[in-house]
Amino acid sequence: MKLFKKNRSVAKIETQWTVAMRRFRKDKMAMTGIAIFLTIFAIALIQTSLNPNGWSTLTSDYNQAPSWHHLFGTTNVGLDLFSGCLKGALQDLIVALIVSSMAMVFGTAIGAISGYFGGLLDAVLMRIVDLLLVVPLLTILIVMSNIFQNASNSPLLIAVLIGALSWTYIARLVRAEFLALRERAFVEASIALGASSWRVITRHLIPNAIGTIMVNTTLTVSGAILLESTLSYLGLGIVPPAVSLGMLVQEGQGAATTSPWQFLFPAGLLLLIVLCVFAIGDGMQAAFDPRNARRKK
Amino acid sequence: MLKYILRRLISSLIVLWVATVGVFVMVAYSGDPLFALKMNPTTPKATILIREHQLFLDRSLPWRYWHWFSGLLQGNLGTDMSHVPVAPQLFQHMTVTLRMVLLAFILAVVIAVSLGVLAALRRGGIIDRSITFTTFFFLATPVFVVGLFLKFYVAIPIDKHFHHEYLSTSGATSPTISGPFLSRLPDYFAHMTLPTITLILAVFSSWTIYQRSSILETMNLDHVMLARSKGISPRRVLIRHILRNALIPITTVLALDFAGLLGGAVITETVYSWNGLGRWFLAGANQQDMNITLAYLLFTAILVILFNLLADIAYGLLDPRIRYR
Repeated sequence: MKLFKKNRSVAKIETQWTVAMRRFRKDKMAMTGIAIFLTIFAIALIQTSLNPNGWSTLTSDYNQAPSWHHLFGTTNVGLDLFSGCLKGALQDLIVALIVSSMAMVFGTAIGAISGYFGGLLDAVLMRIVDLLLVVPLLTILIVMSNIFQNASNSPLLIAVLIGALSWTYIARLVRAEFLALRERAFVEASIALGASSWRVITRHLIPNAIGTIMVNTTLTVSGAILLESTLSYLGLGIVPPAVSLGMLVQEGQGAATTSPWQFLFPAGLLLLIVLCVFAIGDGMQAAFDPRNARRKK
Repeated sequence: MLKYILRRLISSLIVLWVATVGVFVMVAYSGDPLFALKMNPTTPKATILIREHQLFLDRSLPWRYWHWFSGLLQGNLGTDMSHVPVAPQLFQHMTVTLRMVLLAFILAVVIAVSLGVLAALRRGGIIDRSITFTTFFFLATPVFVVGLFLKFYVAIPIDKHFHHEYLSTSGATSPTISGPFLSRLPDYFAHMTLPTITLILAVFSSWTIYQRSSILETMNLDHVMLARSKGISPRRVLIRHILRNALIPITTVLALDFAGLLGGAVITETVYSWNGLGRWFLAGANQQDMNITLAYLLFTAILVILFNLLADIAYGLLDPRIRYR
């Protein structure tokens, strides 16, 4: 015990997390992604708090082209598209955050239990994963769309539903990682020293699988935004009075040739947000990849 | 091998059966199919009761499931809410959708593999970087945005400019078309071009990225180095030693993504107003039509299961190191 304490004071312990984050901060693409992403949502927050009724006040400016007064132009009923797009972006972000945090927690927990304990529990959990692989998420959501369209708080319900169904990918990867880690000597040593399963999982296994978990949680964010906007485009997702970018694209498509801003701004903003998330995810992947550890770049 | 296939088939059937039960329960609880009828104040009470009886809504849920399931075992998919048999409808919509999906699938595989190889061979160069950027761009773009963009900013300007409908934006065929197959070919072509391109753009990116990294991994293996140092021409090394190995892992990815392709077809069909499986399912699910929803689910799930099984078998045949027991 004494030896252990002495060692600790000599060398500062570097966890996988701190090493990866240092590499991540040097990744220009990922940092640009984070910067644009945060800027969009800072503007969205400021705009929705300064002008909360921007997307509900009907004006007589029908189909106005973008100008200083209406940065993104107006719709065919005179609504300010700048307010609408930012409100929609904010809504999409809330949905994506709920989905990805649910996917991360459920995916890690279920993958951990499956991979660590194995046996019958593993078999049952993996059959549930198979089930969700056979029936695509979009199909399930279309079938259930009637439920959340009549609900009072539809965006929240949609987010919880997508979140409850999209943990399977993370769970499979965490399980695979755990199956490999479980056989390693440091885990065996820890069990031999009398560590409980809980301690082994939370202190030894999850920290070693943190790269997989973080990278795929980021990918879930973009997946959730794409899924939600697709559903809203089909008219089955977020419905008025709430607003999302997919819904704005659907409403703007009819005017795509006559007043293109009604289609291009929401579609472009959607694309920009997902691209930013991809850049962040790609940077994380590179940062956590052990093959990049010694490469100075 | 045969034993393995048999075991996989049985476990797939169980998964499939659980999926039908799950979807059955979801549809049953997602809403009332007679909602519109009941909301109409002029509907007589007797009409509602008759409709409920016709759709077995007055029976218990297990009875209704058993009714559907026993019909399925006899090869009967039942009728939709207007008493039209579901099976012929499924078949008709299927031919429309598969026309688009299969062509897009084949073309996307060819494009993805060649771009992946090209990017890997020119690693770090301008070609590699532009391919990587393009793939990430299309990975980030929702399918409906790609479809709408091609429709409004490519097809319509071209058609307007030439005063001729070279690229149709709506429907799988022209409604007035008739005559022998060969004379209808140009019309098919005009209608298929855009949806097929849209679907290709929706799926090719992740395959390209995968293929690129797969080639890069194989390129550094010992046997490739040996082949190079023996003085075999780079072309032969690429085809015989790199490609043959690097094509194996992508088979699994292709099979797994086939479900995503069918999902993409739902959106593509909506954008281009094709009367295919996806729109048929959307309309059916919207009316809580149990038999249509279940038929669509069965069809897509069976396709996904078959493709995954085929990929696993192909994997075993291509890679002799893999043995199924």
